[in-house]
Amino acid sequence: MSKQWKITIAIGSFVVAALGVMFAVLALAKEPPSVDYAAGHEVGQPVNVTLQTVGSYGLAPHPTWVSYMTRSPQGGWVHTTLWQVPAHTRINVTIYNYDSGSPLRNQQIGLVTGTIGNVAHLNGKTIHLVNSNAGNGVGHTFSIPTLGINIPLYGNNGNANLCAVAPCSRKSPNQVIKFSFMSPGPGQYPWQCFVPCALGYLYGNGGPMQTIGYMDGFMQVVS
Amino acid sequence: MSEGSDIPPAGSQPADGDAEPTETHHWWRLIAVWVVASAILDPLFYVLAGPHIPPGRMTDTAGGAQFDFNVLLAIALPVLLGVWIFMIYAIVIWRASRGGPDPVGGPAARGNTSIQVGWILTTTVIVLFLAGFGTYELVQPGGAGGGQGPSPIWTPTSHTVLPVQVIGQQWKFTYRYPTYGGFETTELVIPDHTTIAFHVTSLDVIHSFWAYQLGVKADANPAQDNVAYTTTAQLGSFTVRCSELCGIWHGAMYNSGRVVSPTAFQAWATATQESLQANTKLLPPFSYTYIPDANGADGGLYPDNVDPYSKIQTYGATPAKPTSKG
Repeated sequence: MSKQWKITIAIGSFVVAALGVMFAVLALAKEPPSVDYAAGHEVGQPVNVTLQTVGSYGLAPHPTWVSYMTRSPQGGWVHTTLWQVPAHTRINVTIYNYDSGSPLRNQQIGLVTGTIGNVAHLNGKTIHLVNSNAGNGVGHTFSIPTLGINIPLYGNNGNANLCAVAPCSRKSPNQVIKFSFMSPGPGQYPWQCFVPCALGYLYGNGGPMQTIGYMDGFMQVVS
Repeated sequence: MSEGSDIPPAGSQPADGDAEPTETHHWWRLIAVWVVASAILDPLFYVLAGPHIPPGRMTDTAGGAQFDFNVLLAIALPVLLGVWIFMIYAIVIWRASRGGPDPVGGPAARGNTSIQVGWILTTTVIVLFLAGFGTYELVQPGGAGGGQGPSPIWTPTSHTVLPVQVIGQQWKFTYRYPTYGGFETTELVIPDHTTIAFHVTSLDVIHSFWAYQLGVKADANPAQDNVAYTTTAQLGSFTVRCSELCGIWHGAMYNSGRVVSPTAFQAWATATQESLQANTKLLPPFSYTYIPDANGADGGLYPDNVDPYSKIQTYGATPAKPTSKG
């Protein structure tokens, strides 16, 4: 092989490798948009965060994946689990659960903790815990472990005609869960669902359970 | 050096009329400085810095780990001093002077029997000592705070052992107190001057319970009861982290615990048992391990081992005998 060929092959290999690395970095760096609840916030006023859970997102790239959705302050649903809230502020959360439920792997996460009064409101009724072995069970949880916040989301009847494409409308069977908590000081706080709800993955904790934008996210608290 | 002991060291210059130290003199000087420095600094380090070496002395196993670190550092310090003293001596005494002759290499160490035998003997003694010392310290005291599996080699002699079950799941630890009705909580509170038996298990993948200041570290394997003992010796708070890469929120899988007085512990345990009563009724009976539904996406927590808690004498109330479920 001539020297020219060797140089050409070396340069070609380098370019291919560099492009591969660049695409990998770009793919890994890609993240969902962030919904900003802190913009224009008046000190002393609460912030209202609205979320929904859906059993299957219904759209590319992962139509079968279970997912959270976030409603922006402007009213539109955004496929993201990243949002910003102001520090030391009352956060009023409303979650519409459109998914079915099941018994919990660990009933300890059936407890409501870390909210104001350690209570939540399920369809208007005050609850301290959800018995996951009764009724429709628990579909998901909304949990910020570092803040001790955990709210079990009561499930829908699995035999009902459940919403399968996000965003879901209130016409589909749903459970409404409301609760409030005080945001801490500035920082990034990971939140997640504790129910291993990713069917088909090891122990139910793969795929959407380990992907930002589906069942995990960050609450960024800003000053 | 035995060979060529009359050869001047590298860079040395005979001065007019001055008696130049021989190589043997240089070695004796080096050894004397090293022995004096080690004899002063080693005990000083042990006495002054030793008590502050992590992980502290909150438990007997943490104290054991601190002692081990101090022994290792006490052995390492003379080695470090030897290297530094030789380097400094060489730089000061054997450096090339400006305008002087070029440095000349000293006699070769290769083939020097004294150095080779000395080196092999010294390192062999150190390594064999560390092997024996390390093996002994893995077992004493208290099993070194490591997970010993379901049948521990070291078991406590204390008659007031508090069993605490540590349950790992993606991505948090919860704690179950079988002798207080089997309540399960995210808080880890333990009494002072008490032997604790941590029964570590997992509901999904492999985690690792690492209570750093307690000197306790035990893997949390699904369907395994990994037992680790420690005896508390100081009041205070400690950090619990997962030390086995277990998924996206592995880095956020931490919380803190407290060592409190036995009275405060009794009050906390009783109050928590009462406040969690409603949820405790919904938990499965206490078991060393739990097998989730193989489906993975749903299913409750099914006891895998339904023997009553009877491995060791228990602390507090007598636990109710668990019954099989599922």
